[in-house]
Amino acid sequence: MIIKGKVHIFGDDVNTDEIIPARYLNTSDPKELAAHVMEDADPAFSARVKPGDIIVAGKNFGCGSSREHAPIAIKAAGVACVVAESFARIFYRNAFNIGLTIMECAVEAENGQVLRMDTATGKITNLALRREYAAKPIPAFMQELIAAGGLMEYVRKGMMK
Amino acid sequence: MPRPMTLGEKILARAAGVKSVSPGDIVLAKLDLCLGNDITAPLAIQAFYQNGGRKVFHRGKVALVPDHFTPNKDIKSAEQAKILRDFAREQKLVHYWDQGEVGVEHALLPEQGVVVPGDLIIGADSHTCTYGALAAFSTGVGSTDLGAAMLTGKAWFKVPPTIKLVFKGRRPADVTGKDLILLAIGRLGVEGANYRALEITGPAIDRLSMEGRLTMSNMAIEAGAKTGIIPPDDITRAYVEARAQRKPRYYLSDPGAEYERVEVFDVTGMEPVVALPHLPSNVVPVSKAKNVVIDQAVIGSCTNGRIEDLRAAAKILKGKRVSPRVRTIIIPATPLVFRQALKEGLMDIFMAAGCIISPPTCGPCLGGHMGILAQGERAVATTNRNFVGRMGHTGSEVYLASPAVAAASAIKGRLALPKEVRGSNWKVGVKK
Ligand code: SF4
Repeated sequence: MIIKGKVHIFGDDVNTDEIIPARYLNTSDPKELAAHVMEDADPAFSARVKPGDIIVAGKNFGCGSSREHAPIAIKAAGVACVVAESFARIFYRNAFNIGLTIMECAVEAENGQVLRMDTATGKITNLALRREYAAKPIPAFMQELIAAGGLMEYVRKGMMK
Repeated sequence: MPRPMTLGEKILARAAGVKSVSPGDIVLAKLDLCLGNDITAPLAIQAFYQNGGRKVFHRGKVALVPDHFTPNKDIKSAEQAKILRDFAREQKLVHYWDQGEVGVEHALLPEQGVVVPGDLIIGADSHTCTYGALAAFSTGVGSTDLGAAMLTGKAWFKVPPTIKLVFKGRRPADVTGKDLILLAIGRLGVEGANYRALEITGPAIDRLSMEGRLTMSNMAIEAGAKTGIIPPDDITRAYVEARAQRKPRYYLSDPGAEYERVEVFDVTGMEPVVALPHLPSNVVPVSKAKNVVIDQAVIGSCTNGRIEDLRAAAKILKGKRVSPRVRTIIIPATPLVFRQALKEGLMDIFMAAGCIISPPTCGPCLGGHMGILAQGERAVATTNRNFVGRMGHTGSEVYLASPAVAAASAIKGRLALPKEVRGSNWKVGVKK
């Protein structure tokens, strides 16, 4: 899959409380969650983000709680991919399980620049800087999960043996 | 010769039905328990039905705990809790607790003997790692994993490399399990153990009560760890045998088991510590932060809401008054803790000191309800996270500390050491 989109920059250790604050966890409706996505990191983000945009962050993205509301809110806001230098373990797992595309890679970018990424090869290009980066390969088992359409599909297709 | 394994690897191998596992292997393993709460289970239940689920794989191996917004704080949270209640009734779940019986999940399950040593457990809550204190391999996942687990009884795991933490030396009386784990998180950093397991050992752990151990394993996730396992010993056996609902399996790490690295902490002469906003790894001795004025003190949560924690706080607060500027909220983590505290007269001590007593709930720990902070306010809390906005307004601050430090700070109106409010012969956090 090829993704091309505008970048929104975030820093290190963006935690799930910032991605979707607990005061909104009394619902699991993706649309409602998307309306508050990243609110405690950048209150203007949900108004600014456009379908197909890309989040670029530093280390340990998604640390903190196991709330799947975090990747769901990001996905429902239309974000095509999150690229981070590293992800917190549970967020990483949840993103694959619900079908939010993520790539582990340190890229240089500024707000508004456009990235082009090939999820199959892990090649990421910053079109403004004309620079290329190689994301960490996705383990074979997780590629199977993605190919199946997420964990639930994997289970439904009887692949969980 | 089979590969020597850590106790965590042994549990994974046993549950996956293989002779041995190595870090990096991906295994599909049978679960002894899966767990969800009022925030995470509704999504899992939805996924369960959407994928043709009719019956959970085992009605005694799915636990649902509506603890986060209990008693329900508004209409929406009441509806989330109702999804759990209806599901638990329909599926005839053995392990479901409702208001009056419900407590904070990670305090409730060990106390009720629902989790036992040698278990493989996933929970749709990041602090599921708490049960590592009981020598279980136990880790937090998301709702989809829980949904799949309720259907199949299985989950996939990537076998993590293990970092061994060794706590040596003599632990001073004021230094608790909370201080030890904060010390470790301060050194490891909030992602220092990402994708890894911690094995928590050493002479200072051998002498630590089960309550103190549960506090330590609880915060393994704050260093990013998948689980924080403590090898079983006599303290584990005594705790488990008094309550286990199933037969425990005691595993120990083999001599020669592989560790990615070993971190040694000497706790002799250590001082109580506090994690400053806004990361649990911003750890400094309390003595270096005594100028921090506070508006609220919270003593509770899955980290420090057990009876030993309330005893430690009561010892400090007995015969004293909290500062009029500090709202001091005591939250027994479970109904049993609440009753025990009543019997021991602790609640009377707290009320005489001017504290507020909350029913068992997660409440303010995650900024849910029952003690939310306004802009500019500061709280000292015995909870486990101090991220931006965790307890309320994004302009508020949370300082993480032990119950004794929180109680002393409540009296002083600023961060304070236990010894500042009492004679030096008091013992805190030591098993009676
Ligand atoms: S007490 Fe706090 S950390 Fe523990 S389960 Fe509840 S919200 Fe999570």
